[in-house]
Amino acid sequence: MGKPIMFQWAINHAIAEEMRRDPTVFIIGEDVGKPGGPFGVTRGIIDEFGPERAVDTPISEGAIIGLCVGAAAAGLRPVAEIMFMNFITLCVEELYNQASKMRWMFGAQVKVPMVVRAMTAGGYGAGPHHSSSLESWFASMPGLKVVMPSTPVNAKGLMKAAIRDDNPVLYVEPLSSYRIKAEIPEGDYITPIGKCEIVREGTDITIVSVGRMLQEALKAVDVLEKDGIKPELIDLLTINPLDMETIYASVKKTNRLVIIHEAKQTMGIGAEIAASVQEKMFDWLDAPVERVAAPFTHIAFQPKLEQHYLPDATKLVAKVKQMLG
Amino acid sequence: MKISKETKIDLFTRMVKIRTFEDETHKIFMAGKEMPGFLHLSQGEEAMAVGTCANLTFDDAIYTTHRGHGCIIAKGADLKPMMAELFGRIDGCCKGRAGSMHFADVKTGCMGSNGIVGEGMRLAIGTAFAQKYQKTKNVTAVFFGDGATGTGAFHESFNMAATLKLPVIFVCSINFYAQMTHKSVHIPIEHVADRAAGYGAPGVTIDGNDVELVYEEVSKAVKHCRAGKGPYMIEGITYRHHGHFIGDPCNYRPAGELEEWLKKDPIVLYEQKLLKEGVLDEKRIQQIKEECKNLVDEAVAFARQSPQPDIEELYKDILA
Repeated sequence: MGKPIMFQWAINHAIAEEMRRDPTVFIIGEDVGKPGGPFGVTRGIIDEFGPERAVDTPISEGAIIGLCVGAAAAGLRPVAEIMFMNFITLCVEELYNQASKMRWMFGAQVKVPMVVRAMTAGGYGAGPHHSSSLESWFASMPGLKVVMPSTPVNAKGLMKAAIRDDNPVLYVEPLSSYRIKAEIPEGDYITPIGKCEIVREGTDITIVSVGRMLQEALKAVDVLEKDGIKPELIDLLTINPLDMETIYASVKKTNRLVIIHEAKQTMGIGAEIAASVQEKMFDWLDAPVERVAAPFTHIAFQPKLEQHYLPDATKLVAKVKQMLG
Repeated sequence: MKISKETKIDLFTRMVKIRTFEDETHKIFMAGKEMPGFLHLSQGEEAMAVGTCANLTFDDAIYTTHRGHGCIIAKGADLKPMMAELFGRIDGCCKGRAGSMHFADVKTGCMGSNGIVGEGMRLAIGTAFAQKYQKTKNVTAVFFGDGATGTGAFHESFNMAATLKLPVIFVCSINFYAQMTHKSVHIPIEHVADRAAGYGAPGVTIDGNDVELVYEEVSKAVKHCRAGKGPYMIEGITYRHHGHFIGDPCNYRPAGELEEWLKKDPIVLYEQKLLKEGVLDEKRIQQIKEECKNLVDEAVAFARQSPQPDIEELYKDILA
């Protein structure tokens, strides 16, 4: 393993390595050049590759993503930054009607290899227009892959996989993880899209965590293990396509399932997983499938309200104990 | 600008080809049995499509609208897979998945019609970006109507194209109706091409029914774009002979308006001009029309013999 690096530099290194490897890869977005984005994720890329491959744009989310679709259809591999995920509402048109449908709609005449980076920012008091987790909207779009890294290791591996993928990929990165450090493997590696990872093996209950909720789930597992409960922890990593086989196999072993995600519970990823598990695994379940997720309201700027809104380790521990109790 | 005799005949032939294709399509659609979905026809606007595309090669790209048959034929797409597409058959250019409003023919540089008004502009800047990035001298032309000038896509795309100096020709066919709403209701200025100045780009307003004029103006735009000078806008005043869609009763159109515009039909005008100039005689004109009719008839026969897609097609090609 190499020396520890921060999550945000793992993303940065993945992009830079892919740009060195493949001249068709470029980055584009607001502030991606000299500033390197609001939190410096793309810092230094413009110095190595120049403004032709680190393209600063006007504040025009729709045109940024439209440009990526047109460029990808013409043979390039754009990596776009959309900044806070709420801003993606300004380019749902391009992602849904254009990027996700183009290959199918045109009878496979084109490929649309592009990556769109969007940042979730729960926990920072960033308020209703800067904190939302909207991944489930996009996970319902055939033709658009959605990944949610949770550690520096998979942040790098998933970014490299996303850039090499011949399809549009939405890459959802959590602001609160940017400063997490970990040793990452030396040299070139990818984290495969469409595969979840069993982070902790156990026998009593399966916990599926989504994106940054891995950090909360790890804390919860530590607490639960001290109480003699052995959860199996699965990091979902890809939201579309879902790796249900790994989840089914785990449920077969534990007979209980809880899903934790930062996005709202209503119409969320947890609902989709729960529905699939009860369809396929009904006889293997000893308890209803449960979810720990945000309530059906808006995320608050106010710290006390935001804390109540966001799922965390404490809420997960309580839910698991209730399910096993 | 001196336009050669061959080019003049080519311009005329392409326009007749479009008109023949769309008239036949109209007839088949109205018969109600063979052509599913919605149909938006462009009779009357052929000079804009042809005058533009006659300046382009297959390596140059176009994006067009939900009313896009004319542009795609003008660019040189084969009529057979186009017709099969309208019939929803497996040999259609998009395997019968796209239909009239969404089809593309990538090998001829037709990068897509679009069901979303204005959206072609956002995609066009991307293909133009790739043309510049790959250091080609190719250009992208994007067609849109007066209605699309009200979209955010128009501003965002033009502004981005100008900022990044992208080789995009914005081709606006003023057909006077944004679906069913007259231009005077939704555009506050006389000429939308004036807006190009706001992006530091050239913009001209011309008679969009004069195919030679369109051809000449677009050739200037192509030269401008190939020289790396950024986008260029051409606004052509033309008219949509049919309603927004086939079946539209057109009750919003003042009495006599269509009849006035039919006198300015771009094909009729050009036919008269070429006869007068002695470029074509009646016999040759008749011959061109028959040749186009034969091509369209062959396309219809091709479409009719092509099977419907199997159900499995619904699940193919979602991912590459």
